[in-house]
Amino acid sequence: MAKAVGTVLIDVERCKGCELCIPVCPPKVLEMSVEVNAIGFRYPILHPGCTGCELCAEICPDYCFEVFRESKSPAHGLGAEVSA
Amino acid sequence: MSNPSTAATTPVRAFMEGGHAIAEAAIQAGCRFYCGYPMTPSTEVLEYMAKRMPEVGGVCINVEAEIEGINMVWGATGAGVRAMIASTTNGMSLMQESLAEMVLGRIPAVVVNMGRGQGDYNQCTRSGGHGSHRMIVLAPSSAQEAADTAYRAFHLAEKWRHPVLIYGDFMLSHTSETVSFEPPVDTLEALPEKSWATTGARGRKPRLLTSLGMRLEGEAASGGGIGPGEHRVDTTAPMKEAVKRHQEIARLETRVETAWLDDAELVVTAFGIVGRFAKYAARLACEEGMKVGYVRPYTLVPFPYSTFAEIGARGIPVAVFENNAGQMVQDVRLGVEGRARVDFIGGISMDGSGFGVGPDIDALHVLEKIREVHPARRAA
Amino acid sequence: MSDVHAENSPRSGMPVPDQEGLDKVFARSPLLGTNTHSLCPGCGEPNAVRVLMENIEEMGESENTICVLGIGCYTAFGALMEVDTQQAMHGRAPAQATGIKRVLPDRLVFTLQGDGDMITEGIQEVIHAAARGERITAVCLNNAAFGETGGHMTATSVIGQRTKSTLQGRDPAKHGYPIRLPEMLTGFEGVAYLARGSVHTPTHVKRTKKLLRAALETQKRGLGFSLVEVLTMCPTGWFVTPAEGPKFQQDNLLPAFPIGELKRPKGLEA
Repeated sequence: MAKAVGTVLIDVERCKGCELCIPVCPPKVLEMSVEVNAIGFRYPILHPGCTGCELCAEICPDYCFEVFRESKSPAHGLGAEVSA
Repeated sequence: MSNPSTAATTPVRAFMEGGHAIAEAAIQAGCRFYCGYPMTPSTEVLEYMAKRMPEVGGVCINVEAEIEGINMVWGATGAGVRAMIASTTNGMSLMQESLAEMVLGRIPAVVVNMGRGQGDYNQCTRSGGHGSHRMIVLAPSSAQEAADTAYRAFHLAEKWRHPVLIYGDFMLSHTSETVSFEPPVDTLEALPEKSWATTGARGRKPRLLTSLGMRLEGEAASGGGIGPGEHRVDTTAPMKEAVKRHQEIARLETRVETAWLDDAELVVTAFGIVGRFAKYAARLACEEGMKVGYVRPYTLVPFPYSTFAEIGARGIPVAVFENNAGQMVQDVRLGVEGRARVDFIGGISMDGSGFGVGPDIDALHVLEKIREVHPARRAA
Repeated sequence: MSDVHAENSPRSGMPVPDQEGLDKVFARSPLLGTNTHSLCPGCGEPNAVRVLMENIEEMGESENTICVLGIGCYTAFGALMEVDTQQAMHGRAPAQATGIKRVLPDRLVFTLQGDGDMITEGIQEVIHAAARGERITAVCLNNAAFGETGGHMTATSVIGQRTKSTLQGRDPAKHGYPIRLPEMLTGFEGVAYLARGSVHTPTHVKRTKKLLRAALETQKRGLGFSLVEVLTMCPTGWFVTPAEGPKFQQDNLLPAFPIGELKRPKGLEA
């Protein structure tokens, strides 16, 4: 089965550098930055390969992520649910 | 949610004890949520409400603890419904945190302390809890005045958006007198809309009802709305606003009963139903040739300091009679500003149970105390 | 190594990832507003609040809902949640919510409290509301600590847990045992729905959302009292790093507080 195609929009200014998103990402496309944001925290940088699985958004306590996914493509690891 | 009372069930005029009179008047004033915890001498208010509230489609809950009760009343009042709780002395002590916070949160509930003796004066008037702010405190002296006070309490609470405490005692609660149920004329003015009530944000912005000084974005505070980077919480703001509000309330809502002050050589003062004994004693003293005036503060908060300031300016001594070890006497001393002599002629006088009144609550006893402190007698 | 530069924040004005041909599948619920909260990095409470608000939005109840907010770190959500909210004193929310629900029975009324608030200070309030079967939904964010005051023991701190008031770790001989509140309430006839969830992994977050939804549906159907306890990370109160929070929760809280539904009413479809 072809891998899903997705991306995330990260509001890095909301991020508090907790790093909870890093290990939950299945394709491992999130990496903490070197630079810091306006409130002094490092934030996740997105590398290619995002599948739009939403796991980062689920775990982020600061609501930094918006997730995008190819139409009709199931979220990785979460069954067939797709939020419209 | 409430059914209108029928003519058959709504008394217009009745022979009723003070506790029942407050309850009935509250219902006629639109109270539709009541909590109580059985505790002498406030228990009868709960009993009356348990029977009467369902008749008007309201809610009466016999709570498991006073602390629960006051917070239920907070919730119901915050939801826009007139709500009341009655308790006593120790139960009032349990509720202190919420009473104080309800002033800060501007929760216009009505609370009744049917106290034991008059020893809760300080508790009632010094905010009923922590802080520099005060509830409005009304002290009726008869079943009729108690009924009028219930109407007035809800009116003042909503007029000022400020909780109101009615302070009575065992004798007021259990003495039956004729009562006419009719809103007093000072409660007929229109009240502001409850634009703060949390009823579900239907077609409007959501509301936050809080005592903690937290503001939603865009809300005006004492210094304007929240700007970028500004702290969203200023817990001192409600405290300062409560103090300012109290000053306005003091300017406009102070009420006091006075008699025979024009040529008084001595003024006797008392509050609540105990005042009627002091007044009668003052009248007997006048018949004996002593010129004795009478002052009965009705609003304990705001206290009628200016009445006592005038008495002090004229140098007339004051005798304070109360059923405690000396509490209102301190406000009287503040009022006369050191320019007149103040004698405490009261004392703790309850029966052995600590609920009811003792032998000193008697006009002839007060008359004897008046004779002891009258200036002519002292000079002799 | 970064193909997409850090500045993919909408605020920075730099190019954003190409979204052409992609559906937006996840965004913050409007019921969370636009404010940020000042809770610690790695705090689990915002995850619980998010899925709670998502449920309310999906049920179409945002204009019909009243929240009664306890005192704790989560009090900050009073300025975020886009529903009518009453602030309560510490421990008192179930009583305050009772007052609201009794006078406005058709509204959706829930409490949002911590373990310090509900299970420690306010256990009387929640027990009596449960016993009376008040048709409210009580939500407890359990991080086994008084977080807002800096990390002190509560009635749910686990054995061995070091806090600023149990410096050597909670010792049964000195400090007693943690309280499992949902377990305590299962026998109450007035209680219709009881569950415990967690937010330490994305899967648990999604499960917790379902538990909260079931509790709110229980209230909508007037079936009785509902309560969901949600285990949340508190790295500050646990003296671990934010990244270590989920593992601490897995290793220390889950064994003491089992996840799952403890009571479910007939009349609530599966």
